[in-house]
Amino acid sequence: MVGQRIKRREDPRLIQGRATYVDDIKIVGMEHVAFARSDIAHGRIRSIDTSAAEAMAGVTAVLTGAQVAEFVGPVPIITPFPSPDHRAVVVDTVRYVGEAVAVVVATDRYIVKDAADAIVVDYDVLPAVVDTEQAMTGQPAQLHADFENNLAIALVPSGTGVSPDGQTVDDTAIDKAFADADVVVSQRMVNHRLAPSAIEPRGTVAHYEPGHDKMTIWSSTQVPHLLRGFIARMNDMGEDQVRAIAPEVGGGFGAKIQAYPEDYVVAGLSKKLGIALKWIEDRSEAFLATTHGRGVIGYIDIAATKAGKVLGMKLRLIADIGAYNTLFTAAIPTFTTLMANATYDIPAIRTTITEVFTNKTPTDAYRGAGRPEATYFVERGLDMLARKLDMDPADVRRRNFIQPDQFPYTTQMGAVYDSGDYTAALDRALQNSGWDKLKVERDQAQAEGRLVGLGLAMYVEVCGLGPSAVLPTGGWEHSQVTIERDGRINATTGASPHGQGNETTFAQMLADQFGVPLDHITIHHGDTAVAKQGIGTFGSRSQAVGGAALHLAGGKVKKKMAKFAASLIEAHEDDLVFENGRISVKGAPDSGKSFAEVASYAYVPVVGGAVQLPDGLEPGLSEEAFFEPSNNTYPFGCHIALLEIDRETGEPTLLRFVAVDDAGNLINPLIVEGQIHGGLAQGIGQAMIEEVRYSEDGQPLTGSFMDYAIPRAADLPRFELDSTVTPTPVNPLGAKGVGEAGTLGSTPCIVSAAVDALSQFGVTHIDMMLRPEKLWQIINGGQS
Amino acid sequence: MANVSITVNGKLRTADVEPRLLLVHFLREQLNLTGTHVGCDTSQCGACTVLVDGRSAKSCTIFAVQADGSEVTTIEGLAAGDGQLHPLQDGFWEEHGLQCGYCTPGMIMSAVDLLNNNPSPSEREIREGLDGNFCRCTGYQHIVNAVQHAANKG
Ligand code: FES
Ligand code: FES
Repeated sequence: MVGQRIKRREDPRLIQGRATYVDDIKIVGMEHVAFARSDIAHGRIRSIDTSAAEAMAGVTAVLTGAQVAEFVGPVPIITPFPSPDHRAVVVDTVRYVGEAVAVVVATDRYIVKDAADAIVVDYDVLPAVVDTEQAMTGQPAQLHADFENNLAIALVPSGTGVSPDGQTVDDTAIDKAFADADVVVSQRMVNHRLAPSAIEPRGTVAHYEPGHDKMTIWSSTQVPHLLRGFIARMNDMGEDQVRAIAPEVGGGFGAKIQAYPEDYVVAGLSKKLGIALKWIEDRSEAFLATTHGRGVIGYIDIAATKAGKVLGMKLRLIADIGAYNTLFTAAIPTFTTLMANATYDIPAIRTTITEVFTNKTPTDAYRGAGRPEATYFVERGLDMLARKLDMDPADVRRRNFIQPDQFPYTTQMGAVYDSGDYTAALDRALQNSGWDKLKVERDQAQAEGRLVGLGLAMYVEVCGLGPSAVLPTGGWEHSQVTIERDGRINATTGASPHGQGNETTFAQMLADQFGVPLDHITIHHGDTAVAKQGIGTFGSRSQAVGGAALHLAGGKVKKKMAKFAASLIEAHEDDLVFENGRISVKGAPDSGKSFAEVASYAYVPVVGGAVQLPDGLEPGLSEEAFFEPSNNTYPFGCHIALLEIDRETGEPTLLRFVAVDDAGNLINPLIVEGQIHGGLAQGIGQAMIEEVRYSEDGQPLTGSFMDYAIPRAADLPRFELDSTVTPTPVNPLGAKGVGEAGTLGSTPCIVSAAVDALSQFGVTHIDMMLRPEKLWQIINGGQS
Repeated sequence: MANVSITVNGKLRTADVEPRLLLVHFLREQLNLTGTHVGCDTSQCGACTVLVDGRSAKSCTIFAVQADGSEVTTIEGLAAGDGQLHPLQDGFWEEHGLQCGYCTPGMIMSAVDLLNNNPSPSEREIREGLDGNFCRCTGYQHIVNAVQHAANKG
């Protein structure tokens, strides 16, 4: 089963409209919650008038921030960085448009919205901090009293010559690299803000039951177990008193890892009022209140020889993190610096991170979370180097690759790359795209006056997050496998999928492990009362960590089952095979017992009227495992784009997209392709049409799908995929993870293709997104 | 309150509704047909697409009172009811045309209309025909394959 393109087992409910998403949940007596939100970017609340809202029929409660603060504490984060006080509902100062200023409970969904709209807030307006680099001078205002010059984190250095604690910095190696260089390329690049935009907005239903002193919370989350912990802590309850359920979840992309202010308020209010409450985010709210992604300026300098060998690199990051540090915010840029080596053997690297508060929605994880930024900066930098040296962009990469015999490879940034063959991926992509022929065609097209360009990018990402040393939540994953007495299998996983298809891939693995049909296996997830432990789904960890935990738990129960079988068959357990629904002596399929017979014996271990338990075993067949990975996995690949820009309008069209991805061993290639497609669409979206924008006074200009463009079917070409397979040694499956891959290579190769198409106009770099107006100006002699 | 009579998935449903009640909320909240989803508040995403008198329509853009006297088909009523999936449902399953599944009911209902009007569309026609439906998960390629799969069967 493993390795086969099996259609998904979760689909029948989804294609028939029978799945249950959070908004589909109804509880007797349930009421609705809505938030009144700030419509200014920065200001002090002078007064809030809730009287009109309170007077409406059907309104149960209206609370201001001060009232909420009586029972909901400051919003917690889990990174070890200093963080300003962050209230779930603003107490005195609003710091971004969309920040909650009051909350309403009412019996009806329409009434609750009416009431929230009827709340009137009077502000002393403060200057809005919008430009990130200006913000670093403390101008035009300071957001948080204790954070001078709006610096959340000021200049954390890492890389060559920097001690692991960042305390001692030796510049010898990096200075020498730049002194020895024949050429240096330097560029400021912007990796702009994005709105994650899962098609299902967020939502939470909380049900506190007073007599039981228990809380159940359903939330559109990627991490039900973490949510349980946060909700318990914030409500002075124990983890035994809270049950968190991720029902069907309509996409996450990193933005649903967060435990959000709304989750805390809805849970806290349910406890306070003793009734079930539902809050469902509107799309307009999602653009304001769900964390954004990216928003990083990178200053890159690359020192190289004439032959294209990179000697050194400097990468200075300035991250616009918005108004607050949320759950992982401060850590995201550390993934960018961690991956600054990219696929290359670079002798000296220096990176720094500065994180800056602005009057915007907070940023946090978004598909790729820091790694697409690294890939973009480094790959665009190498492309600029290739152009400067008049080399083929593939050759520059080839000259600098970490070689297959160098793995495990410890980078200048301290990552230990597990395995890789970068040349193989590059060669395959060149071959699949017909690179040499494409170059000729591009030259011909350009000679005819068409603006056609080619771009290429390598990527390597860090996946399979943990281990626990780097993840404050713990970096393991959990699974329990139970062989029921009828021989069917129930298994749980702490990975909480929202489209990844674990119900299928995990069943494929167990079907092989036990030699039973796929439809005798059910995979459970997302409910902390059923999947007892877990961390969740993010950082492309489902398969590499969650799958490994399942494999271990399966292995344990299989071992026990073999002992029961050995006793029944009177054979040695090591001689047994699990095949075709039977357990039998190897080479003698008829010798054995059916899987169900052995299972039944394990639960009623009676032979001839007497209890007969082999080896002093306990009855039953249920084992669990925690898998703690020894390292991350580092999948990689090569992407190539062919792009044409309309000379008259500046409109770019993506003509071809060729991708070769190496995610190690694949459990289900069909599902892997889907993951890559989705990642590519988001990367292409970022490069070409998606951008969160704010006006000078901090008003969002992209507050709905009318202004924020996510790719539609007609915006994308048919992707040309292929894969190489370099298994990882860090987990028993050899699988690396693939959920985010598509977002990495796509942005630099598309921008490089655009630069290639327009290089005749003297341009060497273009910041994303590729707005036609911007390209038109380059074509017509303006600046980029 | 206004009285409406709407035939939903072949069954006549009458109710007193607020004039401002959206059809999508009538279906979801009053009839408990939660297969039809809501993904935006500006009529862009298409997650709420149903068939009204045989044509695809965004049910977040129509008041329930406007559908008075109409025949509405939702994802729950698409299959013939004989245990067989509709060819498009089958296509989405076979070709892995969905991941999180949130866009899927609307996507399928739009594709029903697309194939009704053009039984053998080109890839371009499929992509353009689904312009009113967003999917954030799949990158659309497998959705295109799913529609082609259904078209080839039809
Ligand atoms: S809900 Fe988005 S178009 Fe109807
Ligand atoms: S499958 Fe998730 S939005 Fe389409």
